[in-house]
Amino acid sequence: MGTHERGRGLEVRDVVVRYGPARTRAGRAGTVAVDHVSLDVASGEVVALLGPSGCGKSSLLRAVAGLEPLASGSVAFDGEDLAGVPVHGRRFGLMFQDGQLFPHRDVGRNVAYGLETQRVPRAERDARVRELLDAVGLAGYEQRSVATLSGGEQQRVALARSLAPRPRLLLLDEPLSALDRRLRERLAVDVRDALRSTGTTSVFVTHDHDEAFTVADRVAVMDRGRILQVDAPDVLLRAPASARVAEFLGLAPDAVDELIDEPTGR
Amino acid sequence: MTSPPVAARSWRAPGGASAGSLGRGLGWGLAASVPLVFLGVFFAWPVVSLVFQGFFADDGAGGRVLDLSGFAEVLSQQRTWRVIGQTLAQATVGTALAVLLGLPGAYVLYRCRFPGRTLVRGLVTVPFVLPTVVVGVAFRALFVPGGLLGWAGLEETFVAVVLALVFFNYAVVVRTVGGLWERLDPRAEQAARALGATPWRAFRTVTLPALGPAIASAAAVVFLFCATAFGVVLVLGGLRYGTIETEIWIRTTQFLDLRAAAVLSVLQLVVVTGALLASARARTRRERALHLTSERTSAHPLRVSFASDAVPVGVTLVVVLGLLVLPVAGLVARSFRGPDGAWSLHNYVALGTTGGRNALSVTVWEATANSLRTAAVATVLAVVVGGLVALVASRRPRSPGARRGVGVLDGLFMLPLGVSAVTVGFGFLITLDRPLGLDVDLRTSGLLVPIAQAVVAIPLVVRTMLPVLRAIDPRLREAAAVLGAAPGRVLRTVDGPIGLRSLGLAVGFAFAVSLGEFGATSFLARPDAATLPVVIFRLIGRPGAENYGMALAASVVLAALTATVMMVAERLRGDRPGGEF
Repeated sequence: MGTHERGRGLEVRDVVVRYGPARTRAGRAGTVAVDHVSLDVASGEVVALLGPSGCGKSSLLRAVAGLEPLASGSVAFDGEDLAGVPVHGRRFGLMFQDGQLFPHRDVGRNVAYGLETQRVPRAERDARVRELLDAVGLAGYEQRSVATLSGGEQQRVALARSLAPRPRLLLLDEPLSALDRRLRERLAVDVRDALRSTGTTSVFVTHDHDEAFTVADRVAVMDRGRILQVDAPDVLLRAPASARVAEFLGLAPDAVDELIDEPTGR
Repeated sequence: MTSPPVAARSWRAPGGASAGSLGRGLGWGLAASVPLVFLGVFFAWPVVSLVFQGFFADDGAGGRVLDLSGFAEVLSQQRTWRVIGQTLAQATVGTALAVLLGLPGAYVLYRCRFPGRTLVRGLVTVPFVLPTVVVGVAFRALFVPGGLLGWAGLEETFVAVVLALVFFNYAVVVRTVGGLWERLDPRAEQAARALGATPWRAFRTVTLPALGPAIASAAAVVFLFCATAFGVVLVLGGLRYGTIETEIWIRTTQFLDLRAAAVLSVLQLVVVTGALLASARARTRRERALHLTSERTSAHPLRVSFASDAVPVGVTLVVVLGLLVLPVAGLVARSFRGPDGAWSLHNYVALGTTGGRNALSVTVWEATANSLRTAAVATVLAVVVGGLVALVASRRPRSPGARRGVGVLDGLFMLPLGVSAVTVGFGFLITLDRPLGLDVDLRTSGLLVPIAQAVVAIPLVVRTMLPVLRAIDPRLREAAAVLGAAPGRVLRTVDGPIGLRSLGLAVGFAFAVSLGEFGATSFLARPDAATLPVVIFRLIGRPGAENYGMALAASVVLAALTATVMMVAERLRGDRPGGEF
């Protein structure tokens, strides 16, 4: 795993993200999307942010990427505070729900985009693109126009594009939500394998607990801008910290006791 | 597959986020200031100076005093009210007709599929970019005694002017409404039909309200064009008929009554601002409404056996053949008839001369070369300035102040669309002898004409490029930034290639508009550097069958040039939806 073990990974401390009027005039503040959240993601670890839509999980992800300003708190990676580092200087990857592939570039040039900004030599770049398209099961797709791809293929290309520059941290914003259920389940496994095999530190946002449990080492349950509980999937299922967590995991509050008796819940 | 990160390569941009964002803000400020200065010097200043002439009078001691007596004087004249009434009547009737005829056209050309549809769409667009003088000459040729429709007695009448205005603006309605209609989800109408509504009722209660914002937006723009029409009215209306625009021209050039002209300019500004505000409001509503529509096209094959298709097809056929094709075909046919009425190339041969009794200072071919040269310079100016405006206006800054600024910039550059080109041209003459106190007389430099044409073309460039740039999902730029692209690189690799698609059309519009610009150019072009529209207008003003024949031939040449430019531009655009026109 080489250098990954050296780092301390992602450290989110007491982060607040606010929309609307940034400065409080006469005590009036905008909507608070993320409300004093702290979260650690160790090197090589995959953490899922799980919560209902509108709970602030995407805002937290965008704040980590540097796309939303912090109202307060800090984001650090490997011990370095990222306050002064612009989006393009963070060496993170971000994958959107709907891919956001560049429509004017073919598949290969989409995947190569991050490598081009790094000025990776041509031959090395082509080899890396081939390697990644192979890894996501789209070998030989280099010359295809992105408009001809299915939804699932587009997300595979988006994943390859995010992974190509070897990001220190990969942020995935509901990457599978726009797909149908069968494809989603299959791709969740593929994504997990891709993240594991590359040892990529990742934060994976989703509102689907099955998906979270499939992909993540640990799951952070989020609601109304706050993190309620962070634990490994089996712990979460066995010992939800509150009725709200249990409810969101699809466990009836009185069923929790019974669940504890079962081996691991899954 | 694990490999060491590319540690040696620096991903870090020089300077922290705060320094970076400050620099970015400065960069955008600079990008906005170039067009603002251009608009300030070459539009606001001349127009405001001219308007001032209406409010201030010499106090006899070298100073100026506020004097509103000009308003009282102008407004007490019956002639003024007749002109205002004719302007409003012409704009209202023209707009109503264009919308009524344009709706079936939008349906047939954007909601139905049939062979040759692309061709008909292109055909319908041609009139919009035809020079006003050409259209004036073409309709005049129809209505003069001995013309195809000479028996109708419509020469120099309100009806002739309105028909010409509808000819121009039909495309605006068809394209604006059709663009939305094409993407309207047909299932809403199908749901209404399933609930027992007749086709007409489903259209009236479901489709028409959904199209409302597009119709309102198109109507406002058409009203604007109709209210400020100049060349057409001047050529077709004759002496008995006039609008505010032609009245400004007559008062300044014939009566040298600057004060009255300035007062009329202010009146026109009031009318225009109202129409612009209505258009802007309709547009924001339309942009919101567009989110409700499906992306895929919902056109169905044409079924002429159904009344719901047959009626629009019939109306569209009559309009396209009778209103669009007939005048142009008539013009072309007449241009090939010599003074004796026989078929000949006589008129075209004469384009190498300066006309009967030396009506002109240059030959028509020389004027054509002048036109192409000035239009080329004007296009470069318009595309650079308009492109910058579109780029800045497509940003969505985080701070509310900057966001408002972007909105204001967008609106400001629509103004030249509505302010009389005559006002702009005349304003140039009285202000630009020593621009900004500099000792260069722009009036003799030959740059004035392309600058004036650029001012007129900029709004079209902005409206062509802005919707395309605005349609770029902000997350696409975010994706690029996360992949390590600095802001400049994002601009170059995301905005650039996507915006470039609309550039071809923008260049085409700018070139076509500059080629045909008449209002401002007629003031500014020196006789030895006259452009084609100016020459055509001079020729029809001179007596003699010789000159009239030359005017017809020159009009055909100008129309052919414009149509060629637009065809090339449409080709460059590809199949992506472009701007609003």
